[in-house]
Amino acid sequence: MEGAKLGTRMKNEHANITVFIPTQLRNYTNGATSVRAAGVTVDEALRDIDARYPGIRFRVIDEQNRIREHVRIFADGERALTTAASVKGEVHVFGALTGG
Amino acid sequence: MAKAKPRKKPAKRTARPKAKPPRGVTLLIGTRKGAWFFSSDANRKSWRVDGPHFLGNIINHIVQDNRGTGTLLMAAKTGHLGPTIFRSTDKGKTWKEAARPPAFPQKENGRAVSHSFWLSPGHASEPRVWWAGTSPPGLFVSTDDGVSWESVSGFNDNEMYAKWCPPDSGTPDGALLNQIVIDPRDASHMYIATSTAGVFESIDRARSWRPLNKNVEASFMPDPYPEYGQDAHYIALAPTMPDRIWQQNHCGIYRLDRPGEKWDRIGNAMPKDVGDIGFTILPHPRDENTAWVWPMDGTTVWPRTSPGGKPAAYRTRNAGKSWERQDRGFPKKQGWLTVKRQAFCRDDKKPVGLYLGTTGGEVWASINEGGRFAQIATHLPEIYSVEAVERI
Repeated sequence: MEGAKLGTRMKNEHANITVFIPTQLRNYTNGATSVRAAGVTVDEALRDIDARYPGIRFRVIDEQNRIREHVRIFADGERALTTAASVKGEVHVFGALTGG
Repeated sequence: MAKAKPRKKPAKRTARPKAKPPRGVTLLIGTRKGAWFFSSDANRKSWRVDGPHFLGNIINHIVQDNRGTGTLLMAAKTGHLGPTIFRSTDKGKTWKEAARPPAFPQKENGRAVSHSFWLSPGHASEPRVWWAGTSPPGLFVSTDDGVSWESVSGFNDNEMYAKWCPPDSGTPDGALLNQIVIDPRDASHMYIATSTAGVFESIDRARSWRPLNKNVEASFMPDPYPEYGQDAHYIALAPTMPDRIWQQNHCGIYRLDRPGEKWDRIGNAMPKDVGDIGFTILPHPRDENTAWVWPMDGTTVWPRTSPGGKPAAYRTRNAGKSWERQDRGFPKKQGWLTVKRQAFCRDDKKPVGLYLGTTGGEVWASINEGGRFAQIATHLPEIYSVEAVERI
């Protein structure tokens, strides 16, 4: 199932990054747990997927280009503190702990 | 070829047009964990629940366009995700996210919208215009029925902004621009209420603003009657007399009759053991001298619960000269209800219906202008807002 969804995203032939989507955002990706994106930074990767899933980026990055308080992003396994972080292969987006 | 017979003119109908059958009410309820719609029969006696919608989302406000289109807007965010606006043009059956939700202009160390708090349809002469108030305090406008939103520079970039809305000031959920009120006679005449600087007036459609807080107390300031700095919990115009503004402030209940500038603390007439602290004030739809408040305990450490554990609304029918207690139906003791500022509302029916939602997830209704209240729902999440509209 996931493979099939991934396959449909591979039409973007420049896509070089896999962005892992947390449960909180999968209503944007039609349930896909990961999508492909093009770019060399977290910012570029998120802008790329926002073009296909409008609105997804603003839910995790605010209007000043800051990562939202309760969102964690990792680029190739390293915590990204800003969207300028470079990435070669994988972006993980997580909903971090927030109160009940 | 047969000659066509002349058609008879249809008989003129002389019967009077049928009166619209009475319709019930729908309550649009926003909670910390999603949205629910409660719809009543025509008598407002039985209620049917529809929900949850957007379970788990923090819903600060749900508002229906009262100018004909019926568009519904919902201010939402989640614990993790940033704020957005959902729109429905089919009475809540389906929802679509705004293409560009309220957001401040990008600048170094710039502000970011935490959540949209208040949604308001624009003036009747501007049918696709909506206004939004946010936390941190920000004013935003949409001219395409809520699809895209623009920052209103006249307030958000005002040279006084840092003084009116200091970053260390605000409610536990963040500083607010919590009300936008438009003069029904003039689209360019507006009032806003903030939790950081009180009430402001604009006479040029939000291009410029000036404080309007004379004689309104700010007991938490060195100067208790400053030009600005008050915490205006709620303002509303009397529908039958738009020059009359009612205000429930952090420090009392007030009334201002324009063009006057000095607010009158009409809460001084409230019983001393109840006080005049609360979140909301509701003007009567057809009587400019009548309004309701929902007092809360603002003593000592500010419990914000019903004073003495005895819930009640209070009504004035003489513009604030005196107040009468309305507590029939509520617990006589051990009723520690908290009702947030957007969670006390009314309908326009005869007699007027009053509705309130509590932080404990209860919904109460009165269909006789506060004469008796009945509980119509329990076990909802913490209720943030209740709006009453014609049944949808």
